[in-house]
Amino acid sequence: MLRLAELWVRRGAGAVLHGVSLEVPRGELTALVGANGAGKTSLLLTISGILRPHRGELWWNPEGEEPVRLDRLSPKRIVELGVIHCPEGRQLFASMTVYDNLLLGAHQRRDRRAVERDVARMFTLFPILGERRRQRAGSLSGGEQTMLAIARALMARPRLLLLDEPSLGLAPQMADRIFETLLELRAQGVTLLLVEQNARAALEIADRGYVLEGGRVVRSGPAQQLRSDPMVQRAYLGIGA
Amino acid sequence: MSAYLLQQLLNGLMLGSLYALVAIGFSLIYSILRLINFAHGDLLMVGAFAALAAAALGGPWWAVVAIVVASGALAGIAVERVAIRPLRGMPQVTGFIATLAVSVAIENLALILFTGQPRTFPVPELLRGQLELGPVRATRVDLVIILSTWLLLLVLLVVVRWSRFGRAMRALADNLLAARLVGVDVDRTILFAFALGSAFAAYAGLLWGARFGQVDPLMGFAPGLKAFVACVLGGVGSLAGAVLGGYLLGLAEVLFVGLLPPAYSGLRDAFVFAALILLLLFLPNGLLGRPEEERA
Ligand SMILES: Nc1ncnc2c1ncn2[C@@H]1O[C@H](COP(=O)(O)OP(=O)(O)OP(=O)(O)O)[C@@H](O)[C@H]1O
Ligand SMILES: [Mg+2]
Repeated sequence: MLRLAELWVRRGAGAVLHGVSLEVPRGELTALVGANGAGKTSLLLTISGILRPHRGELWWNPEGEEPVRLDRLSPKRIVELGVIHCPEGRQLFASMTVYDNLLLGAHQRRDRRAVERDVARMFTLFPILGERRRQRAGSLSGGEQTMLAIARALMARPRLLLLDEPSLGLAPQMADRIFETLLELRAQGVTLLLVEQNARAALEIADRGYVLEGGRVVRSGPAQQLRSDPMVQRAYLGIGA
Repeated sequence: MSAYLLQQLLNGLMLGSLYALVAIGFSLIYSILRLINFAHGDLLMVGAFAALAAAALGGPWWAVVAIVVASGALAGIAVERVAIRPLRGMPQVTGFIATLAVSVAIENLALILFTGQPRTFPVPELLRGQLELGPVRATRVDLVIILSTWLLLLVLLVVVRWSRFGRAMRALADNLLAARLVGVDVDRTILFAFALGSAFAAYAGLLWGARFGQVDPLMGFAPGLKAFVACVLGGVGSLAGAVLGGYLLGLAEVLFVGLLPPAYSGLRDAFVFAALILLLLFLPNGLLGRPEEERA
């Protein structure tokens, strides 16, 4: 499980996370919702080592292993531990081919053969990527780019997968495909932390959820319970007045 | 084609090879760091003096080459560690000024150590003599310069295209955040790029000395500037562009001098820069460059 304890993070002039405590249980899908600027992306960037907290602790406890403190490790080390971040805005290697993007997803792996097998698996999962394997990632459509971003993250064989708005800009059908993929991953034992603007969809597939406001956790609990919470309904699900 | 023109083409290829060797390292470093490395030309001088020292020690030619390449790589690593890495994350112009400072420091250190007096470069027996290729006479040095440059460019192509390190470099050049998120070792990749680019420049210094017979502490300035021009010509940050720019520049310079009356030959640099300005008016990204926003 992933555990954030009283995490404070500064960005630019002020703090963007004000003592956030949060748990992502192993093998579950946890949703993180909140308005624009609430600090969701900052939180994920902190987990993957791009931002550094100035207070608090960040622990990752993989199955059958000693817990590791992440907030002192380099992004590279964190990736090696199987904590993989599929970032906001896709962040593909736009000038490189689809195939190279996938290989880079597996950059920290040394098992060449298995990596090639995983590339083939991605092409089964997202056939359109197979058709475009030699095309520059920047020349893909928005939806195709999102698929590639997710496929690239999967190439790392994540144990904990952090996803920042993977459904953004996708047609509903395609968004559903992505959510189905996440549920399959969970069934395979991957732990997931999902940030979504689409709170309704996120809380529907999640096991539990957190609501972030102004860098603070204001609600948390089983997803089902959050869905029926009047405050969550009003602010994030567009129900009631 | 007249023998004279062929002869000039050969000279242009030779000069273009030297420019390409320097330009490619310059471009490599730029593409990864968006850093204009003004000290890059001085690495050529470091290589030339390393060759001088290695030759004085005696030893086989491959040992001299190895020493030159190793000194270039080490000098590049030193520059990165001392002057570039501490400034990472600062505005682009800060890094630019830092490399200017490094350039001045290297040149003055060399002036103190070796004085400004040009030294004769002992051209090894191996590189002396000429070959008759049909109507053209090629010196051995020219052929070695051209062929070894092509070999090195081929090696670099393979490394950049197909190696794990090459992929990491291209990833870093393309998207820094994404590169970090997939676990690219940013520090090591940048260091390696500096070592590689500087080794190329140092090797060019060895060739430069062997071709023109003289070395001095400020010898890197002109080739460094020309390599910069070659990069801009070809498209900043594009490796293929750097090579293309280097060859175009070398050929243009030689043909300008060779085909116009001798009275004009002093104007070759003016010609080079005028041509560059004209080209950029029509192709602001150079011949093979892409606009920055497309690459991000
Ligand atoms: N590069 C930056 N430098 C300084 N402050 C930043 C930076 N990026 C974001 N912030 C600030 O950090 C706060 C949290 O931003 P963050 O991107 O984490 O929010 P978010 O919840 O992901 O929002 P969104 O739903 O719009 O993606 C905001 O107040 C924002 O202004
Ligand atoms: Mg965000």
